[in-house]
Amino acid sequence: MEIPYTVEARPDTGWTNGKLAMWLFLASEVMLFGALFSSYVILRAGATDWPRESLNVGAASVNTLLLLASSLMISKARAAATGGDWPSHRRWLWTTVVLGFVFLGIKSFEYSEHLAHGEYPSNSTFLAVYFTLTGFHALHIVGGLLVMLYLLGPGARLYTRNPRHFVNRVECTALYWHFVDVIWLCLFTLLYLV
Amino acid sequence: MTAPVHGSASFWRTYVFSQDHKVVGIQYAVTGLLFLLLGFTLMMIMRWQLAYPLRPIPIIGGWLGSANAPGGIMLPEFYNQLGAMHGTIMVFLGVVPLAVGGFGNFVMPLQIGASDMAFPKMNMASYWVYLCGGLIMVASFFVTGGAAQSGWTSYPPLAVIAPGQTLWLIGMVLLITSSLLGSINTIVTVVQLRAPGLTWMRLPFFVWAQFVTAFLLLLAFPPLEAAGALQLMDRLAGTSFFMPSGLVVTGQPLPISGGGNPLLWQHLFWFLAHPEVYVLILPAMGIVAEVIANNTRKPLWGYRALVYAVGFLGFMSMTVWAHHMYMTGMGTTMSTFFQITTMVISIPSVVILTVLMLSLWGGSIRFTTPMLFALAFLPMFGLGGLTGLPLGLAPTDIPLHDTYYVIGHFHYVVAPGTIFALFAGIYYWFPKATGRMMHEGLGRIHFWGSLICMNIVFMPMFIQGLGGMNRRLYDGGLQYAHNAPLLKWHVVIAMAAWTLGLFQLPFIANFFGSLKWGTPVDRNPWHATTLEWLAPSPPGHGNFQTIPTAYRGPYEYSVPGAATDFTPQFEPDAQ
Repeated sequence: MEIPYTVEARPDTGWTNGKLAMWLFLASEVMLFGALFSSYVILRAGATDWPRESLNVGAASVNTLLLLASSLMISKARAAATGGDWPSHRRWLWTTVVLGFVFLGIKSFEYSEHLAHGEYPSNSTFLAVYFTLTGFHALHIVGGLLVMLYLLGPGARLYTRNPRHFVNRVECTALYWHFVDVIWLCLFTLLYLV
Repeated sequence: MTAPVHGSASFWRTYVFSQDHKVVGIQYAVTGLLFLLLGFTLMMIMRWQLAYPLRPIPIIGGWLGSANAPGGIMLPEFYNQLGAMHGTIMVFLGVVPLAVGGFGNFVMPLQIGASDMAFPKMNMASYWVYLCGGLIMVASFFVTGGAAQSGWTSYPPLAVIAPGQTLWLIGMVLLITSSLLGSINTIVTVVQLRAPGLTWMRLPFFVWAQFVTAFLLLLAFPPLEAAGALQLMDRLAGTSFFMPSGLVVTGQPLPISGGGNPLLWQHLFWFLAHPEVYVLILPAMGIVAEVIANNTRKPLWGYRALVYAVGFLGFMSMTVWAHHMYMTGMGTTMSTFFQITTMVISIPSVVILTVLMLSLWGGSIRFTTPMLFALAFLPMFGLGGLTGLPLGLAPTDIPLHDTYYVIGHFHYVVAPGTIFALFAGIYYWFPKATGRMMHEGLGRIHFWGSLICMNIVFMPMFIQGLGGMNRRLYDGGLQYAHNAPLLKWHVVIAMAAWTLGLFQLPFIANFFGSLKWGTPVDRNPWHATTLEWLAPSPPGHGNFQTIPTAYRGPYEYSVPGAATDFTPQFEPDAQ
């Protein structure tokens, strides 16, 4: 049994099923991170004193650049797949994955630094917020990487069978990856800079 | 009527790990019904404790274990576990899975003329994630320390300190994931898979109700997921998101950093849990609308008003959450805002109820079992709604909030309200799902017994609450002198609750018996107009032999000049 509009957009709505689903998912993600950020704001605004351990702004700045670059890379990968340039698509998508993994590496270096200095989430509300929010974000990075590895591995076969469908999937992944990128920009600003 | 043949899938693929929306819907519905029975059983045990406090529970007292009920006498901790799990099971594992997962999955794609949900695999996943979450919740009764015991609302600091909460949180995260998958699927299906000709204003009201409900689940649940994760951090990593400074527990200062905010949890929880009230009620209203239109043999009065009201209701439901928190002393500015939004949201609710009630006017009503339940829904939900008004205003809420009045109020909304509508839906769509009718006589016994017992259970709670009896007391308020004249009602309620349990037996017998002995039916036994009645009963995988076209609105009953008193959506215009 075929489900309609998985590949071609429904004419009167202009959506494919997958793309609409991705936007809806992102809407729920906005509510998730919105709640987490609001919690942070409320806790911080309501605190009588706010002991704040220093964070590694240098490492986080590098991470910010990495994620911004990876967003550019996945856009390139999408454009290449749309244009039918398969080798470039693979190259750009692999670059995105590598940048994502380097991000996680730097992030775990930061975590291990804190833990080595005895800075645990239980020490202060600031550290609790820092670990929880960046942890949530890191999980989202891991999720995105898994999807990209799937698209590079077993999922790549779809391209030969139905290139249009494959491109739709890359596009949805890119949407998600950009979103995770934007969340990081908010985290970087609110946790490291403010 | 034979179902179309669709290859020979294995037993496991067809009945267990099925991606067919109808099988997933039936799985959801049956699991939800079992959880409803479990949640109700917990309450029947609690009712003994309230009616006859500190006396051993007969027969089953010995089965509860010495950690819970030594000598058959219930411990306060166990009472709290039963209370917390009754609420959790009824709301998250019973009513919502039945109303949204069950009816939404089974009926909605049929009503829009689709061959399945937009994402069949995701649909299957959402059921299995829900089942895992539910089993984890139930399993928490059997671990050391028992189940969650801080109420279904799980307010910290108590919820962070008390045992049993960790599994509750993990279960909840799974349930939220399941509802996220389900709600995305529902919205995409309604937007994308409507049959040709089925424009938005031709959608049956049930589909609209499911559509708005899905948005509530999509947008209101994530904040609770965030809150659940933060509470999990508080419990497992020793953080203090919800833990204020200077907490002392049994004489010992807690070794935490403090500085957290318990009210933050309440805000995040109610930001979900108020929309959740509408998740409970909107599908019920959708079912009642379908059953009323079908059994009055006339179009719904004010279909457009219904649609606009349900949309507005969905939007407003996101803006009223803190009316559950007047007790926290949030200040007059905040409470004024929430009192106003609460009064505003009662308007679309009343519009919907009024439309449904006016739809009865001038109809030639068929008093079938589904119609009886749908008719009872109207005054019962009305009672629940009206008794809610004093709770929406801070001055009257503050003295009533921690009393049985609140229990009476929301149970009128959910039990003889929503659950009656769900029963109406089961009796109404059972022939579509199985190809056989349920027994009318047993249905009537079930209906009248349930209606009378429910009212004897919940009406006295208003008397107790207005008399000042606090809720959540494990001895039913025995220790307070002012409760003395009210205690006798506990016995009345307990008797009625157990009798209510007995009156569910005809339903259970009917449900399973009709699978075998029910009268076989053709496609459209109720002479209904919506698209699901075009499909065979039961529909095969893929639903329709050919994708139908909708030619008209959903409730064209008794059209002047028509040959029959119903003109289905799928019937082409006579040329």
